[in-house]
Amino acid sequence: MPLNKEQIAQRIAQEVQDGYTVNLGIGIPTLVVNYIPPTKTVMFQSENGLLGMGPFPMEGNEDADLINAGKQTVTALKGSSFFSSADSFAMIRGGHIDLTVLGAMEVDEQGSIANWMVPGKMVKGMGGAMDLVAGAKNVIVAMQHVDKEGNSKLRTKCTLPLTGVNCIKKIVSDYGVIDVTENGFILREYAPDLTAEAVVKATEGKMTIAPDCKPMTF
Amino acid sequence: MSNKVYANAKEALKGVADNMTYLVGGFGLCGIPENCIEALRDSGVKNITCVSNNAGVDDFGLGLLLQTRQIKKMMSSYVGENATFEKQFMSGELELEFCPQGTLAERLRAGGAGIPAFYTPTGVGTKIAEGKEIRKFDGRDFVLEKGIVGDFAFVKAWKGDKFGNLVFRKTARNFNPMVATAGKITIAEVEELVEIGELEPDQVHTPGVYVQRIFKATNQQKRIEQRTVRKG
Repeated sequence: MPLNKEQIAQRIAQEVQDGYTVNLGIGIPTLVVNYIPPTKTVMFQSENGLLGMGPFPMEGNEDADLINAGKQTVTALKGSSFFSSADSFAMIRGGHIDLTVLGAMEVDEQGSIANWMVPGKMVKGMGGAMDLVAGAKNVIVAMQHVDKEGNSKLRTKCTLPLTGVNCIKKIVSDYGVIDVTENGFILREYAPDLTAEAVVKATEGKMTIAPDCKPMTF
Repeated sequence: MSNKVYANAKEALKGVADNMTYLVGGFGLCGIPENCIEALRDSGVKNITCVSNNAGVDDFGLGLLLQTRQIKKMMSSYVGENATFEKQFMSGELELEFCPQGTLAERLRAGGAGIPAFYTPTGVGTKIAEGKEIRKFDGRDFVLEKGIVGDFAFVKAWKGDKFGNLVFRKTARNFNPMVATAGKITIAEVEELVEIGELEPDQVHTPGVYVQRIFKATNQQKRIEQRTVRKG
């Protein structure tokens, strides 16, 4: 069995270091916050203009003026700050955010990512995704390894319109942990119920098994 | 000193006309100039080019101007919450220019700051950069994006004084400060309109020089788009 969404988030949380400032995208990335141990101090940035985002408010304490980038009501923790969207993206583009986690429809061997449009379908927009992949020091992609028909989403070359070029260095999929390097995909870890060979077989792009490749642990 | 204070949105919007570019503050439904949007609808102006991060929802925010087909073109980063928008866009009635969120914020900031264009790494190698100048700095490619200036800019603030100094509240700040700088005429609607001297100068977010007209908002709904809570 491949990993479920919670397990993907749990594994990504292991990459978050004490003292990091992190921006989490919508979907699986949002779940990462649930797996950060209390021993780590992490500041979450919401690109609409909040650094120090806290959990959802208690019922009755919702504030229409306090939302996250997904337009959900949230809270602000001690030490947080509010700022304009221009300041927010100055943080992002200026490389002041340590880690961005976002979803993807496709990632290719060159580290290019597609996650904002499918030709022929209504496009909702890229929001802040293009800025985030262009600016964060480190971008981790949380994604499904294959589509419903079993086609690999880790491609030789992305087929969908790109969000960013050569910007992804790490993927945590439901099949494993993959680094994106000059030599293509390197499989570092695989889902406990799979084998490294099975992950490579399910991947379209060039994938090498790292010498110390091991099953994922949580 | 000229009087910047107007009685209401309708009075403050004097001079809005067809075929103009309007800049609108807010993120989702948070911090949107509700009264100004309703007054724009009531004014009946047409062929609007509207610059706003989002396009409201079907029955609120900029969705109101879509229902009445007053908007010709939207420039936004995300328009996903609006079925009216989708329908008009798919049928070709509505033009749309997608702009990455950070690029949109910076284009407004640049427009207001007298910067005609700037280079950014965002969107290089994507559709967004097609047809735009690319230049290399220190080995990395950047795309040239232009500043945006509007005929009118509409912002929503928490407090404002009669000189137009503005204070925003929490994440309702979002695009409002840049939008305020980029309008030839900037109109601020505020929850509390106070006397000059009542705002602490150190706490002012938008200096009054950017604001030409100000009025106290009435009947703001301040709708929440996604109400999410913890159980106690």
